[in-house]
Amino acid sequence: MTYDIEKIRGQFPILQREINGKSLVYFDNAATTQKPLSVIERVSAYYRNENCNIHRGVHFLSQEATQEFEDAREKVRGFINAGRKEEIIFTKGTTEAINLVAYSFGRNILGQGDEVLITALEHHSNLVPWQVLCREKNAFLRVVPINNKGEVVQEAYKKMLGPRTKMVAIGHISNALGTINPVREMIAAAHEKNIPVLVDGAQAASHIKIDVQELDCDFYCFSGHKAYGPMGSGVLFGKTRLLESMDPYQCGGEMVDRVTFEKTTYNELPFKFEAGTPNVESILGLKTALDFMDSLGMDSIGSHEKALLEYGTEQLARDPDITIYGTADRKTSIISFLFKNIHPYDAGIIFDKTGIALRTGNHCAQPVMDRLGISGTIRVSFGAYNTIQEIDRLVESIGMVKKMLG
Amino acid sequence: MSIEDRKQKIIAEFSMFDDWMDKYNLLIEMGKSLPVIDPHHKTKSNLISGCQSRVWLQARYENNRVYFTANSDAVITKGIVSLLIRVFNGLPPKEIIEADTAFLDKIGLKEHLSPTRSNGLTSMIKQMKLYALAFKTKHDSDKKED
Repeated sequence: MTYDIEKIRGQFPILQREINGKSLVYFDNAATTQKPLSVIERVSAYYRNENCNIHRGVHFLSQEATQEFEDAREKVRGFINAGRKEEIIFTKGTTEAINLVAYSFGRNILGQGDEVLITALEHHSNLVPWQVLCREKNAFLRVVPINNKGEVVQEAYKKMLGPRTKMVAIGHISNALGTINPVREMIAAAHEKNIPVLVDGAQAASHIKIDVQELDCDFYCFSGHKAYGPMGSGVLFGKTRLLESMDPYQCGGEMVDRVTFEKTTYNELPFKFEAGTPNVESILGLKTALDFMDSLGMDSIGSHEKALLEYGTEQLARDPDITIYGTADRKTSIISFLFKNIHPYDAGIIFDKTGIALRTGNHCAQPVMDRLGISGTIRVSFGAYNTIQEIDRLVESIGMVKKMLG
Repeated sequence: MSIEDRKQKIIAEFSMFDDWMDKYNLLIEMGKSLPVIDPHHKTKSNLISGCQSRVWLQARYENNRVYFTANSDAVITKGIVSLLIRVFNGLPPKEIIEADTAFLDKIGLKEHLSPTRSNGLTSMIKQMKLYALAFKTKHDSDKKED
């Protein structure tokens, strides 16, 4: 099957927009991806024809919406190859999923003097919940260092898996540098010592095939909005055994079995973790987004983005005024860079003026920046619809940035 | 020059250019005439939060008027803060507190007004007004004690 880029781009109405008189080049996919028409229409159709609260009524609309919602769960299960549908918990995003695990699982297993292990590459979302938990429990947050290329130092990781380590939380792909962590090996190493592992897959779901059974991770989470789906749709996968051992994260409707004023018993999985009315339309839209990615094929998306990454890296590396940060052997879809003597914020404004949407700053990963000795970077992140011509536009804009600010 | 005249003069300067590049070049040029903050005032407490680039702002009160110095590590931010200082410098606190900053919209710098995380313009204006308010409060209470 050929990768028909024009046909793919045609599915994204926003790509037709002009920004500051220039056709939009959207290179901020690591923050959120754009949505294909099918997803937009799915959300709209829900409100037009199907809107109803789920898992409640016996009437037709409620039954229909519930069925669609549960079909979405089955779709997600297949997409990440989980063994059971009950292992898929819908959240509003990765952040909520990690907070859920820190709160409902971390709190149960962590005691005074114990340790949670993260890496120096983590997004704040996979750092702060653990930091807060460790403070509460008088436990320690240990950080596995990275090397100058932006790779987690594996020897250090293995050494740091100690007798007091109760949890490992690692990002699948770094949002700041694009490094793909060898999570399968890291999980295996942790499991040798019976330590459970959470994988933050926020940056992975739209770029690489995820197989939670093959990874053997204990928890995996990602956000729908970074994978062509709507905002407010997120997924937490957890192994049944662990999910069953956990108390609910939030309390309210849906998550209960029987309520009296004396006592409440909890609903079964996955509903125990889905208190309140979920973002039904977003979850239905997420299903459509996963269908979209499946229709292209994760391998095809991966090779397309690899070509973009290689071409972009080559173009930027050629410029003596540019330094690329993050040169891991295994990386995807993200180029973080800086100009000599030009502040990234200034550059970001000029890029914006030339119609290029990219991100400047610390990318919610301040410790990564501290480690590299910089305050932030300019980050270009690719998606399935980006093109080589758009990278040429970036190079053109780089010329403009240097002309105005250099 | 009154605050209104100052604003009008800036609007006139920017309206000479249609092209965004020229407007930004003017802004960058303005940054070069910024009353630069003394290095020993470049402290953490003089840093304005809410900016992606670092901005230091310092104020002093002399003869019932407020004077600012500032600096930034980004040239466009430096231009913006110097633009604000041009408007506010040497005014009595009351005028700064009550000043309307809608003129920034008219010079084609609207993108700096939206309250995004990366944007410090709103924080800069707020900080300048806070300085003015602090000076005014002190001035009023000193007067009462007299």
